[in-house]
Amino acid sequence: MATNTTALASSKTKDSVVFKTAIYIVCSILAILAIAPFLVMLINSTRSTAQIMAHAVSFIPGKELWNNVKLLRTKKTFNALLGMKNSFIISASVTVLTVYFSSLTAYAIYAYDWKLKKAFFSLVMGIMMLPGTVTMIGFYRACYQFHLVNNRLMLILPSIAAPMTVFFMRQYLEGALSMEIVESARIDGAGEFRTFNTIVLPIMKPAMATQAIFAFVGSWNNYFLPMILLNKKESYTMPIMVALLNGDIYKTEFGCIYLGLSMTALPLIIVYLLLSKYIISGVALGSVKG
Amino acid sequence: MKQKKLVNYSKYGYIFAIPFILAFAIFTLYPVCYTLLIGFTNHEGAVPPKLAFLKDPLENFKYLFQKRPSGQMSYFLLGLITTARIWVINFIPQLGLALLLSAWFTDNRVKVKGQGFYKVVFYLPNMITAATCAILFRALFSYPIGPVNDILKTLHLVKEPFFFLNKKTPTRAIVEFIQCWQWYGSTMITLIAAVIGINPEIFEAAEIDGANRIQKFWKITIPCIRPVMLFTLVTSLIGGLSMFDIPMLLAQGGPDNATQTVAIYIYNQSFRKPYKYNRSAAASIILFIIIVTCSAILFYLMRDKEAAKLEKMKKAEMKRNRLQARGA
Repeated sequence: MATNTTALASSKTKDSVVFKTAIYIVCSILAILAIAPFLVMLINSTRSTAQIMAHAVSFIPGKELWNNVKLLRTKKTFNALLGMKNSFIISASVTVLTVYFSSLTAYAIYAYDWKLKKAFFSLVMGIMMLPGTVTMIGFYRACYQFHLVNNRLMLILPSIAAPMTVFFMRQYLEGALSMEIVESARIDGAGEFRTFNTIVLPIMKPAMATQAIFAFVGSWNNYFLPMILLNKKESYTMPIMVALLNGDIYKTEFGCIYLGLSMTALPLIIVYLLLSKYIISGVALGSVKG
Repeated sequence: MKQKKLVNYSKYGYIFAIPFILAFAIFTLYPVCYTLLIGFTNHEGAVPPKLAFLKDPLENFKYLFQKRPSGQMSYFLLGLITTARIWVINFIPQLGLALLLSAWFTDNRVKVKGQGFYKVVFYLPNMITAATCAILFRALFSYPIGPVNDILKTLHLVKEPFFFLNKKTPTRAIVEFIQCWQWYGSTMITLIAAVIGINPEIFEAAEIDGANRIQKFWKITIPCIRPVMLFTLVTSLIGGLSMFDIPMLLAQGGPDNATQTVAIYIYNQSFRKPYKYNRSAAASIILFIIIVTCSAILFYLMRDKEAAKLEKMKKAEMKRNRLQARGA
């Protein structure tokens, strides 16, 4: 950005005050729009259904949180802890596989000259255009035939091939890794695989951290594929649990619905607030898109 | 090592790419081919018969476009139109808002304070599970008592509570709103990064020439961030054409199919009686063809113009911009 900001700004003070006010008004409205739904959700989760029926919006939290918790537990379909456990197992595995193998693949593209390298890279770019919806039927029917429905591995293993992450990792390598380091490791007699693990991976740590966040959140928020593949209650992930709140037994229990929603959103909100710096800069690099 | 120069390392490129290629082949390529195959076969029913090609292999595809017995447009075509409509109506304000905010936040005369805060807040909805957002909005717009109706009544905008999710246009509007609300923050952050990436000398030169804010925006910012906008457009299109979670959980594709997107159609065909896997496979293939065609057209259109306009800019910088924008 320009350096002569102050000098220019003072010359057009009046104009810029009006302009600035407009900006702040619009931004404030947008901020309220972004926060309000979640605020209503959190507050209503502490109020009883009767209170919500009387006044659906309140700025004062109620005292019925514990009652809602008990009520939610008696209904027995929605189980947040189980959902979190299942989601965590899948998302953590997905994160490890995505980050490690994408780094390896990106390194293969960056560090070596091989004949099909360009073709391979185009392939990686091409796969990005394939949404899950398109492959879903074949994927599901194949899983069905090989008796792999309900198998978590079917949700975890595909993450070894994560084109978006590979692309990002390659970008990062281009800026961060000079081949001289690799050459010197070779001279010291280190094998290629060992070089990757002990020298290249530590250099990629910042990129890996960013990508790990997105891989984890992406997997945690995924509803479509787990919903199709998992049909046993014990293995339901968090988004599937949330979808159960749509069911008839909760129809009149607003307190429960809001509490259930809060239980799924709150962990994400907390993680987001803690890591927002990294997430925002990650998005700025164009690293996510659902 | 002694033979340093004789060692050929290129084989490691292949070796290290093997896990990716294997996973891709098993979990993506095979399912794609299988989907393609199913589309031409008799694969349907709770217990599908032995896989065999149909007498008329294109039967499933033809069905998708056939008019309903009532003479109305087929559900698949209707789904396509609905999907396109929801995507377009969500994307225009999304991009507009993102452009406006990115122009404001990067304005070097008016330094907006609290930018960091706004960015964090605007991006927040994107972090929350789409399923959660859908059900939250279902609760917010519930009838006869719900937060939105409560507010409208308090403000005396309506006398009787309004049943949003029972009417076609309002329900679709809510889906469009959620989609836009979840994504404009992300688009904005991407665009801000792109605007910051523009060489500040270009802006300074324009200022010296007396260009005002609006001129700078249209003549410099927009042309320079065109590649990034293309990226946003294509990714949003791919995401939008396969939209599922929000319309499904908000209104089950209803009321009266008003929010039944192609993805919901595909899902309903294969996971509801009578389990028409073949028909939904055919629909998937058509959806895929549409996505590839649209992306190709977009790339072609945007690239051509940009090449003509930015001829003078260094090629290297263009490339860097574009790659940075697409970034993984």
